[in-house]
Amino acid sequence: MNTATVPQLENAVKRAPFGTKLLLSEDHPLCPGCGHPVALRVILEAIHDMQLGGRSVGIFGHGCSALMISQMDVDLNLALHGRAPATATGVKRMLPDRVVFTMQGDGDMVSEGLAEIMHTAARSEKITCFLLNNGVFGDTGGQMTAASVLGQRTKTDRTGRKAEEHGYPIPITKIIAGLDGVSYVARASVHNAAGVTLAKRFVRRAFEHQMQGAGFSLVEILTMCPTGWVSKTADGPAYMMETLGQQMGLGELKDSLAAS
Amino acid sequence: MPRIFCDGSEAVARAAIQAGLRFYAGYPMAPSSDLLEQLTAQLPAAGGVCISAETEIEGVNMALGAAMTGNRAATGSTGQGVALMQETIAECALHETPLVVFTVGRMQQDYYQSTRGGGWGDYRTICMAPKDVPEAFELTQRLFHLSDKYRMPAILLTDGMLARTQVTVDLTPLDLEPLPPKEWAVDGTGTGTGRSKTHWTWNEGKVNNPGPGPQVHWSNLADKFAHVAEVETRWESVHAEDAETLIVAFGTAAKFVEYVVCEMRAEGHKVGLFRPITLWPFPEAALEKVAANAKVVGVFELNAGQMIDDVKISVPNRKLVRAIGGISSDRSGLAIGELLDAPVIRKRIEQLMTGVSA
Repeated sequence: MNTATVPQLENAVKRAPFGTKLLLSEDHPLCPGCGHPVALRVILEAIHDMQLGGRSVGIFGHGCSALMISQMDVDLNLALHGRAPATATGVKRMLPDRVVFTMQGDGDMVSEGLAEIMHTAARSEKITCFLLNNGVFGDTGGQMTAASVLGQRTKTDRTGRKAEEHGYPIPITKIIAGLDGVSYVARASVHNAAGVTLAKRFVRRAFEHQMQGAGFSLVEILTMCPTGWVSKTADGPAYMMETLGQQMGLGELKDSLAAS
Repeated sequence: MPRIFCDGSEAVARAAIQAGLRFYAGYPMAPSSDLLEQLTAQLPAAGGVCISAETEIEGVNMALGAAMTGNRAATGSTGQGVALMQETIAECALHETPLVVFTVGRMQQDYYQSTRGGGWGDYRTICMAPKDVPEAFELTQRLFHLSDKYRMPAILLTDGMLARTQVTVDLTPLDLEPLPPKEWAVDGTGTGTGRSKTHWTWNEGKVNNPGPGPQVHWSNLADKFAHVAEVETRWESVHAEDAETLIVAFGTAAKFVEYVVCEMRAEGHKVGLFRPITLWPFPEAALEKVAANAKVVGVFELNAGQMIDDVKISVPNRKLVRAIGGISSDRSGLAIGELLDAPVIRKRIEQLMTGVSA
């Protein structure tokens, strides 16, 4: 993929009307070319389409997705960094008939909150966690996280992550899929329209698992962060698929309801 | 209500459940593990949820989530474990989430932690220290009430001796004023209605219903804490009003000091005890008043000197204040050592009276 295939992306992400009723504003405060607003819209549309209004609670981690919390018509808490799955556990145990989800970046989930996501998944909490993965701490300007893939540019290693120096990324989605009590795991991307469509399908499927009480569910969504990657805005989708996308692969890693 | 013979851990568990506790998540550490075991056994039977959390940090954040929905929630550990929870306790204070924390100390080394805290921001937490098991039963109920009333964390600071001492406890509940419904609770019913809520320490609200934002919100919190400091102090005085030698002590240590003070009073010594029940807010005005006639003020606490700061702030003349307690551990570092003994305390008070250094 080259930049010519996505010439209009900056405008498309920044200015397209959101439409979904769960957004209280059509603008967003994130950088041009950011993938988070697209991923957030996908999730909000799923909540709207599945008629989860009036019975869903979001627990947000610290990161760029939290910059939009005042614009989302969702009952939510901004949790402490990394702790969202634990906070969501308390909510779900008190309100088992609600749909409870977390929204975390890779810095929040894989760096700061590794214990929380692992333990919550292993406890088979009936919640859905969303990982918006761009491989950097976007909110603080693009530093390396525990999920930055090899070769990926970050502000703390501009020549790309090297295993000799920084070790290897944690493939959290793959690890979680291997745990008992985990019902659904998938990885999507918002680099193009087909990716967005796939993401929406996975998000809906994860909520279905939660509503059926099947177990813990996790959907990872790869999102562009041209600011953090020190790349041109329009190069974001292509760079993402050359780095994160190529090394991790898209699709469903586990669907216990389909298997049974 | 019945009277039962039980230890401090069971008394606190029963008080919490009677007070409407719905969620507890704790992490084991001596001497707080008994409370977790009690609640594991009792809370589900009462319709609540008790989780044996994988870490203290997860336990306290689960409790935050449960409390945010409007249910009474608590967590607890030993001082070492509550150290790990500080960030979340501060967070609850700053986004006005009621949360009760049971700190079961090994000595009395958690005074600073319980009254100052180690979290971020301009926050305070109510803290009460019972002198014995029946008072722990009473104060647990009060802390749940005050935590809800003021929407802030409240800490019960006890120790291993109280947790494991068995006495007879009257289970009659306190008659506390009714509280308004928790309209602030975040429970998902607002999602998609245009009336959804953001529960956050910045209190910015939503774009269609903005909150006051951090400057105003944090200033409002400071005013609230000042109000609580004004009206929620609790203390007990024993022969203190005319005491020339005034001893200040809290918790289990105060119970021992009280025994010694009464013994010495019976012999004609002008000795008294001032016992703060709320460690925050510290009963500064009350102590200032009873210390007016004191020629010397001795602070007996089982640590290197923590509450003594608050005593010095409170009394009219801080130069009269002397530390007569100290670190007192057994060989294991897990239990109270030899200082907590009436003859030892009496000797230290006598040395204080005669001006001999302890």
